[in-house]
Amino acid sequence: MGAIYRREVGAFFTSSIAYIFLAVFWIFLGYFFYATSLVAATTDMSGMFQSMFLICVILIPVLTMRLFSEEKKQKTEQGLLTAPVSLGEIVFGKYFAAVTLYTIALSMVFVYAVIMSGFGQVEWGIVFSNFLALLLLGMAFISVGVFLSALNENQIAAFILTFIALMALYMIDVIKNLVKVEWLADLLGVLSFYNKYYAITCGLFNVSTVVFYLSVAFVFNYLTIRIFERRRWS
Amino acid sequence: MIEVRNLTKHYGDKHAVNDISFTVEDGEILGFLGPNGAGKSTTMNMLTGYISSTSGQALINGVDILENPIQAKSYIGYLPELPPLYLDMTVKGYLNYIYDLKKCKLPRKAHLNEVMALCKVLDVKERIIKNLSKGYKQRVGLAQALIGNPPVLILDEPTVGLDPKQILEIRTLIKKLGKNHTVILSSHILSEIQAVCDRIIIINHGQIAAHDTTDNLSKNVSTDHRVIARIAGPREEIVKKLRNITGIKYCRADMEREEGVYEYELEAKAGQDIRYELFEILRENNWPLLSLKSAEMTLEDVFLKITMGEGLVIEQPAEQNDSDGAAADAQTADETEEKKEEEA
Repeated sequence: MGAIYRREVGAFFTSSIAYIFLAVFWIFLGYFFYATSLVAATTDMSGMFQSMFLICVILIPVLTMRLFSEEKKQKTEQGLLTAPVSLGEIVFGKYFAAVTLYTIALSMVFVYAVIMSGFGQVEWGIVFSNFLALLLLGMAFISVGVFLSALNENQIAAFILTFIALMALYMIDVIKNLVKVEWLADLLGVLSFYNKYYAITCGLFNVSTVVFYLSVAFVFNYLTIRIFERRRWS
Repeated sequence: MIEVRNLTKHYGDKHAVNDISFTVEDGEILGFLGPNGAGKSTTMNMLTGYISSTSGQALINGVDILENPIQAKSYIGYLPELPPLYLDMTVKGYLNYIYDLKKCKLPRKAHLNEVMALCKVLDVKERIIKNLSKGYKQRVGLAQALIGNPPVLILDEPTVGLDPKQILEIRTLIKKLGKNHTVILSSHILSEIQAVCDRIIIINHGQIAAHDTTDNLSKNVSTDHRVIARIAGPREEIVKKLRNITGIKYCRADMEREEGVYEYELEAKAGQDIRYELFEILRENNWPLLSLKSAEMTLEDVFLKITMGEGLVIEQPAEQNDSDGAAADAQTADETEEKKEEEA
């Protein structure tokens, strides 16, 4: 797994993807930090965290789009699948490479927190739980992106599909509010990614939320492994 | 050692590979020969665990590739048809990655240098793979297969895209590797297989059409009782006279090669040498003999016959034997094969 992980992190930086991702992520993070914390003169950064949900929906597909699609296109997949490594190592190697880059992007919030601490009392517990929530959300989103990248040979197609999928996850709450059938609305409430995330940004840290996001990540990585198994046997 | 038992691969109704069985001993070089789409690559992909077989079994050093894939794969160095190169890495970076990927235990620097020297890519080791020529890319692909010094090498058309000098070098290298590795090599170039391999399997339509040692396959097809003579003189009369040779089965004039010079195909009973009598007749009539060659079938003809579905029939004269004859030239092999494919 180490070899694949290291190569993939390296590939993010030799291609322009890492720079584009980090730059755009930090532009938005900086803007929301300015608009919700600096302008309002508060050390509460929950406004910034709430806004980042949508930014993740747009930017995470950029991170994951080429992970498997490019392997397939360049035929390097064959080398990977005939190497003495398990499918799990391949999928998780790539997955954690994307998670690493995402974590680097996210860590900027601590820089902001340090800046804020110069002006007032920063609630480090809240900053940290918010960071964790955004990290877990990203981990779930990245697993969806990895899954869809494995299904496509074209990275643009992978990007668009991942974007649509993540947007659909974002929209669950909107749909829930429109649905009149009670049990369906309840089900959508359980599946909602946003209300769980929103609850944490409001200070309601919940272990079940952690379990939920990690389960999603696990399920989609597992499905990715299954795709490769299926493809081998087809 | 590689053991293949009744290996079969279906894609829906299409039988890509159908019931193939063979074994390759340690230190043996086996050649896979067949036209494009015959099932060479599919077989290799099954042996290396890239795709599964529909039924049958492939054992690498006694380990089943489907039951214990990771262990079996660790015995194999595989060069696919398209080398799996990451174009944005340097040669050295890429080979380092492969070293890690294969969880290689050999001393890193020494081993990588040895492999790079063997494949002659040391002078480009700092360059980005994207910018390398096809020949260099192919050699980096070969280097990738050699990392970790696996006992089994599976090489899918290893000399594609190389220039003649490089082809010779790679062949020599494969022969050298064959001394202490088990090698399977695929190609549609006959001379290559003939030069490198101990045994040949000819695959056509997903089935083994012929399986024998290189020597035997070549021997099978040589004939001393069929000759092609180029003679200057009156055509009709020559044919008439030549038909009087004792034991002759047939004689026919081919096309006009030079002005007033025709080529004649002569076939006698097996084991009968007609060259002396032929010479006598020509001498009596003062017809100059411009060339005389044995109409033996080359491996190329055998290959074409087998893959065209005609089976091994040596009675009929080979059709392509008009030009330079016996030498199995890679160029002609390609051309004739393409021609045949078009016709089919």
